[in-house]
Amino acid sequence: MARIVDKTLLAERVVLLEIEAEKVARYAQPGQFVVLMPFETSERIPISLHNWYKEKGTIEIVFQVVGRTTLELASLDVGNSVYTLLGPLGRPLALEKYGRVVFVGGGLGIPPIYTIARELKRVGNEVCSIIGARTASLVILEERIREASDELLICTDDGSYGRKGFVTEALQELLGQKHIDLVIAIGPVPMMEAVSHLTRPLGIKTIVSLNPIMLDATGMCGVCRVKVGGETKFACVDGPKFDGHQVDFADLRRRLSMYAKEEAEALEKWETKVWRRESP
Amino acid sequence: MEKRIPISERLPEERIKDFDEVSLGYSKEEAIAEAKRCLGCSRPLCVEGCPVGINIPAFIERIKEGDFRGALQKIEEKNLLPSICGRVCPSEYQCENKCTLGAVGAPIAIAGLERAASEYGGEGIIEGVNTNPSKPKRVAVIGSGPAGLTCAAELARSGVEVTVFEALHKLGGVLRYGIPTFRLPRNIIEKEIEKLEAMGVKLEKNVLVGRTIPFPDLQTKEGFSAVFVATGAGLPQLLGINGENLEGVYSANEFLTRVNLMRADLFPHYTTPIKRGKRVAVIGGGNVAIDSARVALRLSAEEVYIVYRRTEEEMPARKVEIQHAKEEGIIFEYLLSPLEIRGNGEKELICGRMKLLDERDASGRRKSKLTDEITSLKVDVVVVAIGQRPNPLIPSLEPRLKVGKEGEILVDEEMRTSLEGVWAGGDIASGAATVILAMGMAKKAAESIRKYLGIAP
Ligand SMILES: Cc1cc2nc3c(=O)[nH]c(=O)nc-3n(C[C@H](O)[C@H](O)[C@H](O)COP(=O)(O)OP(=O)(O)OC[C@H]3O[C@@H](n4cnc5c(N)ncnc54)[C@H](O)[C@@H]3O)c2cc1C
Ligand SMILES: Cc1cc2nc3c(=O)[nH]c(=O)nc-3n(C[C@H](O)[C@H](O)[C@H](O)COP(=O)(O)OP(=O)(O)OC[C@H]3O[C@@H](n4cnc5c(N)ncnc54)[C@H](O)[C@@H]3O)c2cc1C
Ligand code: SF4
Ligand code: SF4
Ligand code: FES
Repeated sequence: MARIVDKTLLAERVVLLEIEAEKVARYAQPGQFVVLMPFETSERIPISLHNWYKEKGTIEIVFQVVGRTTLELASLDVGNSVYTLLGPLGRPLALEKYGRVVFVGGGLGIPPIYTIARELKRVGNEVCSIIGARTASLVILEERIREASDELLICTDDGSYGRKGFVTEALQELLGQKHIDLVIAIGPVPMMEAVSHLTRPLGIKTIVSLNPIMLDATGMCGVCRVKVGGETKFACVDGPKFDGHQVDFADLRRRLSMYAKEEAEALEKWETKVWRRESP
Repeated sequence: MEKRIPISERLPEERIKDFDEVSLGYSKEEAIAEAKRCLGCSRPLCVEGCPVGINIPAFIERIKEGDFRGALQKIEEKNLLPSICGRVCPSEYQCENKCTLGAVGAPIAIAGLERAASEYGGEGIIEGVNTNPSKPKRVAVIGSGPAGLTCAAELARSGVEVTVFEALHKLGGVLRYGIPTFRLPRNIIEKEIEKLEAMGVKLEKNVLVGRTIPFPDLQTKEGFSAVFVATGAGLPQLLGINGENLEGVYSANEFLTRVNLMRADLFPHYTTPIKRGKRVAVIGGGNVAIDSARVALRLSAEEVYIVYRRTEEEMPARKVEIQHAKEEGIIFEYLLSPLEIRGNGEKELICGRMKLLDERDASGRRKSKLTDEITSLKVDVVVVAIGQRPNPLIPSLEPRLKVGKEGEILVDEEMRTSLEGVWAGGDIASGAATVILAMGMAKKAAESIRKYLGIAP
């Protein structure tokens, strides 16, 4: 179980893994995620589902190496297994006909868009995707997102690929041109916040996918609590998708940096270990 | 009359340095001496106090004779987890509370003797393993806490093919993620689970029913003839006060899970982090609060407070654990109710002073009321341990499953739910309660499931 069957480096520090997870693949729906531990000593970390193959019984996830656990995950090779994997988790997005849907994906928010866009398009929505990254080499999964959308806009901060500027600027232009029924923003917290800011005065329904720190991801510990419309919600079971106009982003930002010191320590320990192993 | 034989314990100054077990249990000789105090009453009141109806005088009789194996077998007729109950059962409120000797001196240390039987009685029974091989009936159990494990064992004993689905990556429910190792060592849980495996029970971890498998599919696509829901009371209640989302403010479930399940006490070897507060306030007065406080102490806190709205008399925690906490230097602050948490690393827990009223609540404890007096505690970590509600996931996805006011799944006297072929028991049906009550309900459910499947016990 949970054996890695394929591993691709999509960009610097961005890895796609295909993992055997028959149960997850069987019931996976767009917008869901998994929780996994690379080793027995690891943290439980949530990663979105990028894609899945029911017949093969595998799932695909894409992650960026940002700290100890993602580094541990990246250290596994094809043929290795992750220690534990639970999913699919979170409320799936309702596959309805909304009309014209715009996806805004930044960085590691791009991979989960693929299956959501594909399925929304399949049930008859018109899908436009705006994806962005800092620079050309970090624009990932372009072909898949293009195939899942009716229209694709690519932005880079430095203008090295697609149009120059932030995804929010492209969105703003689009909002001036077309009637839009639904915006789905997935990516860094400031990006999701900015998108919600843009659409709020226009009254366009906006869904964001929140990424608070999680532990069990079964609704038992409450660490993933977020404030939405003044109420406390547990993102792992009530979300992770919420109405962007209702989310208290400041609270989310604070809670995300809670363990910065410990994360740095854990990472340093791993790097020392790797270094020691390599030296005679 | 002879005095109750005390159960030896590690010294407070030593035990707070690690997570090893505090209570050392009886030696064989001590157990025999304690057993000899039992009157072997012809109408044993103690049995009435045991939710699973262990024949207490009969097992104690065997200990008197030094026959620990026989004692264990006697207990296992009714209770398949004696090593666990002997450690965590709130016996002072149950069997021991009813013991005839209580009126004239100290009641028999029934839980202590139960633990001794499990320790010196050998491997215990492993039976079942499908006596019914032609076409076994299949039952799904959701949750691997004491309720789930008990129901699975009871059914496996009658030859039923049982699959237990557990959401987490380790088995045991609260026994694993909630109750700390210094009260219930992990090898004890492992041993009970191995017994279950030997009985042929299938244990599937990493399956969150409702997400990994849709709940209705268990009976349809997956072909289970009956389902037992034992998902516990895992939903933490929060205070809803300002500052609750500050860093270093934990629900007890989060705090305990980080240590018990994820081993944050061994950070950074295990990489799940936890804030090690120098001054820690734990809010609440139950077992969960006391456990959190004692864990905080073992994470090298200098001062740990229990902040409780009423007084020690109303505290629902086990008496022996309150005693242990005091010996370890935990500071009890009574009649305080948190109003706000201020600050960042260094925090201030602002509390209102309460006063006790004569009026009593449903559990018979005196109610308390806020006064105008305000006080505050300087702390860096706050743990909120004010209760857990039944896990809402399955009822929220299966609206046909009727629930009560607190979200508990409604059951009849045989633990049947409003859905055909679905039973529920343990904390999901009662609200947060105890290990032995969860087991009692699971046994009732197993009996009813057997009847439903047409299987002899
Ligand atoms: C629902 C959800 C879906 C996600 N999907 C993806 C994805 O598809 N691809 C991807 O690369 N990342 C995704 N993330 C983020 C991913 O979980 C974090 O990058 C990862 O946990 C970092 O762990 P680390 O030990 O490598 O880094 P650390 O150094 O421990 O942490 C780096 C940062 O990651 C966040 N983080 C740390 N621990 C956790 C935790 N246990 N749970 C959540 N966040 C944490 C914190 O903000 C922290 O500052 C998702 C998060 C959530 C909640
Ligand atoms: C810190 C603490 C200390 C305690 N101390 C004592 C004590 O000293 N003595 C005592 O008698 N009682 C004590 N209790 C109470 C006792 O532990 C509980 O009453 C008992 O564990 C309830 O058992 P259960 O089987 O109903 O549920 P739980 O033990 O809660 O187990 C439920 C299990 O179901 C799993 N689950 C939930 N939803 C799903 C799903 N959808 N799919 C799959 N799995 C799922 C959970 O992950 C969990 O493992 C304590 C509780 C706590 C929290
Ligand atoms: S199971 Fe609990 S209540 Fe029953 S005899 Fe043992 S200690 Fe007493
Ligand atoms: S009531 Fe007390 S003395 Fe009597 S049989 Fe039970 S344990 Fe022994
Ligand atoms: S991660 Fe624990 S409740 Fe959501």
